[in-house]
Amino acid sequence: MASAPWEDAFTAALRDQFGSHILNSELYREQKLLHVDRLSVGDVLRALHRAGFDYLVDVTAVHWPKRERPFDLIWILYSYADNRRVRVRAEYPEGDEVASATPFWPGANWLEREVFDMFGIRFSGHPDLRRILLPEDWTGHPLRKDYPILQQDQAWVQLHLGIERGQ
Amino acid sequence: MTAPAPGESHLDSSEMILNMGPQHPSTHGVLRVVLKLDGERVVDAECVIGYLHRGVEKIGEHRTYMQFNPYVDRMDYVSAVSNGLGYCEAVEKLQGVVAPPRAQVVRVMLAELNRISSHIVWLGTHALDIGAMTPVFYSFREREEILKIFEKYCGARLTTHAFRIGGLQWDLYDGFESDLRRFCQTFPARVDEYETLLTENRIWRERTVGVGRLDATTCKALGVTGPVLRAAGVAWDLRKAQPYSGYEKYAFEIPVGENGDTYDRYRVRLQEMRQSCRIIAQAVDGIPDGPILARIPKVFKPPVGEVYHSIEAPKGELGFYIVSDGSLQPYRLRVRPPSFVNLQALRGMVRGALVADVVAIIGSIDIVLGEVDR
Repeated sequence: MASAPWEDAFTAALRDQFGSHILNSELYREQKLLHVDRLSVGDVLRALHRAGFDYLVDVTAVHWPKRERPFDLIWILYSYADNRRVRVRAEYPEGDEVASATPFWPGANWLEREVFDMFGIRFSGHPDLRRILLPEDWTGHPLRKDYPILQQDQAWVQLHLGIERGQ
Repeated sequence: MTAPAPGESHLDSSEMILNMGPQHPSTHGVLRVVLKLDGERVVDAECVIGYLHRGVEKIGEHRTYMQFNPYVDRMDYVSAVSNGLGYCEAVEKLQGVVAPPRAQVVRVMLAELNRISSHIVWLGTHALDIGAMTPVFYSFREREEILKIFEKYCGARLTTHAFRIGGLQWDLYDGFESDLRRFCQTFPARVDEYETLLTENRIWRERTVGVGRLDATTCKALGVTGPVLRAAGVAWDLRKAQPYSGYEKYAFEIPVGENGDTYDRYRVRLQEMRQSCRIIAQAVDGIPDGPILARIPKVFKPPVGEVYHSIEAPKGELGFYIVSDGSLQPYRLRVRPPSFVNLQALRGMVRGALVADVVAIIGSIDIVLGEVDR
């Protein structure tokens, strides 16, 4: 099933405001997705926050190593007042910093720390960007596609756990 | 010991760091909280998590859609059925199939039983944390009845793997309906028993009323969902807001609190158990006949695309964001865990509280570390 274009007053207003920086707006399986240029992600998120999306459900990433800009960042938003959801997606090159969503949704704090932990993506303006699930001195970011499932930080395991291998 | 120099004292009043966990019984698993204390008062707190991290999302990328199904049971292991419901529905949405009506009704009944069992575990252990020994014995008695129904249905008690993508693996066993009816008849009186033990109990109220307050605005800002949000007075429940699996067909209420404190969370969860019982009683009277599994291909490859689907798990919004590249395995499988997000609110709740209240507050969020760490 192909996705359908999503055009209504809401997307028209966003296009008026951000023009070509709203790259695409589509409906897939009745779910709304906004594809946004990374340069205006911070502004779009602020506008969505003002538009009533008061609940940041999730922040996550997807790694596409063969692409020129290998990281998709995904924000899932929800509005309590209007009972609607929207997903925002933007593509980032390796090493680019992503504008933190913590100024609008303080709950982004841990979610962004997890993205940093698992993908090595840094967030600018984050109050406390540290690893959250893995040890702070761990090497590597496991949810990257070039991190094989059996890989681990052998040196860390040997030093801290006193065993040869963790598997 | 030498005498203190002038101006110094052995009774030092500076702040103290107290490390609580990860092997502390009241942290319900392996949560570590580093508390900064000024006497008995908490100045600040930091959660250190990840002790139970197993890389569930990475494993998901290396298993087929069917193979990953049992793994979701092991995230929030006291509500395995709800996790299975969320995962199966998300994959069904990705594939574009819908479970048959009979399967949907059975799913609702089992998921609501699971909600009761999850709340019951919470009630017993939370009361135990605060020092009330008795409720845990009462609550585990009812939990046993639920687990027996699970065992009769699918052979497992905790990690049930009850659902399959597209519907159910097994049809109901003979006597399922009568088991459920008996449960629904007896259970409300059992909740009354819990209430006689705790609701007006003076010690219970002293330990919970006004403790760990979290208002609705803060809940929304932090993304807190589930009973903690509802205790703050927000009548928001995904079963009502965005019904799935046929929840729109059942009459039930969303219990809410007023003060958003530990006591209100207790009240909300108790009321939710009664409402779940109501849903089960309605569902058991209207189980449709028909197939239990939708037609899904043997080689299961959802079309290229991505979906996010979430359900109201006992702890809050449990979501699955799945990206398919058209192959046998998910390209990306993200779990949006309610416990992880809700735990973030702990810091604000414990500031200014007493050390003993930290135990009550952690318990009142109802976290499962298997889901926090994944």
